[in-house]
Amino acid sequence: MATLRLEIVTAERTVFADDVSEVVAWGVEGQLGILPHHASLMTMLQPGDLLIKKDDEEHYLVISGGFLEVRPDKVIILADACERAEEIDVERAEAARRRAEEILKTRPPEIDTAAAEAALRRSLARIKVAERRRRRKGAM
Amino acid sequence: MASVQVLRRRIRSVQGTQKICRAMEMIATAKMKRTQDQAMAGRPYAERISQIVADLAIHPQVDGKAHPLLQKREVNKIAIVHITTDRGLCGGLNANLNRLVANFILEQTIPATLITVGRKGRTFMLRNGQDIRAEFTGISDRPTLLETLPISRVVIDDYANGDVDLVYLAYPRFVTTMVQRPTIEVLLPVEPTEVPPIQRVEYIYEPDPGAVLDQLLPRFVEMQVYHAMLELIACEQSARMVAMRSASDNAKDLIEDLILTLNKVRQETITKEICDISGGAEALA
Repeated sequence: MATLRLEIVTAERTVFADDVSEVVAWGVEGQLGILPHHASLMTMLQPGDLLIKKDDEEHYLVISGGFLEVRPDKVIILADACERAEEIDVERAEAARRRAEEILKTRPPEIDTAAAEAALRRSLARIKVAERRRRRKGAM
Repeated sequence: MASVQVLRRRIRSVQGTQKICRAMEMIATAKMKRTQDQAMAGRPYAERISQIVADLAIHPQVDGKAHPLLQKREVNKIAIVHITTDRGLCGGLNANLNRLVANFILEQTIPATLITVGRKGRTFMLRNGQDIRAEFTGISDRPTLLETLPISRVVIDDYANGDVDLVYLAYPRFVTTMVQRPTIEVLLPVEPTEVPPIQRVEYIYEPDPGAVLDQLLPRFVEMQVYHAMLELIACEQSARMVAMRSASDNAKDLIEDLILTLNKVRQETITKEICDISGGAEALA
């Protein structure tokens, strides 16, 4: 089976570097799946979850924005921040979600609602990935 | 000559200093490895982002104009981001950078404003009556990108508003544990590295090259500031380790000298006392 080389780097560390069979990410124009031999592409990413398929395994990560670059030899994700499912602090994400929802509901004029919306998206993505991991662990 | 008592007190005091120096040396040694690793861990991101900026910068712009952060303007005012440590006792690290930047400002014919990071640089520049636009202190020795964002924010905003037309970044570059080189680089406008045509990849851009560049350039600047911070921390720890090692070695030499003097003084006193006693006994006989 053909594979593609995936590297996920943040300014602070390399989060992931391995040969995988498929990557599914949230681009600015919608969700996109990258298979081996994809055409060269450069896109911005929305905050959201990232699915990596390797053989029969599926890995989930959370990305809070960044860039995805498909090159002939590899796929590189330059993430603003990236966490593996097991690194997510669910309580913090829940608190962030409540905070963002509160701001969006009351809409205080001094706070940027776009920033709150982005924060909401980030926390929801974190919660989603963390829950999926918990469910799967329960099933096993 | 000093009395036995004074010498003993002196020795104890130097021993105390030596202990402190040795402890600081050991702490710096332990932190040094970690800070060097951290500086290395940021390299892949830095390399990728400069490559992408280079790829994008050659792309023809939609409206025929270069991105504001790439545009070279007539220079009426410059800014220098001056990155130093908060704490001292790290040899000539801060002094070298301060001197380099001070000379650099003196050479300029255009007014310069400063954005200082770290207490040492701020104090120096204030004492010399320089214009300080913003100051940042208290950045931890395990800096995250988040901590350095306010610094890059000020820089990008000032540049975008046209308050400054050229921004330099001054920081000590980590060469080896023994060598740290004070460096001044151009931060803004962004100067993309040249890409040889063979390495160029034709990308499909989503949504379009301009939008990607809009997002990418501020990131690039943020990353450079963050990277300079990491270099500084790596320099600080290794400079401190080297400085503290030579300080504790000097303390050791000093203690040896003092002990020798102490023993001489002690022997002299004893000889004198014996002389006195035997002289007194003879006089009585």
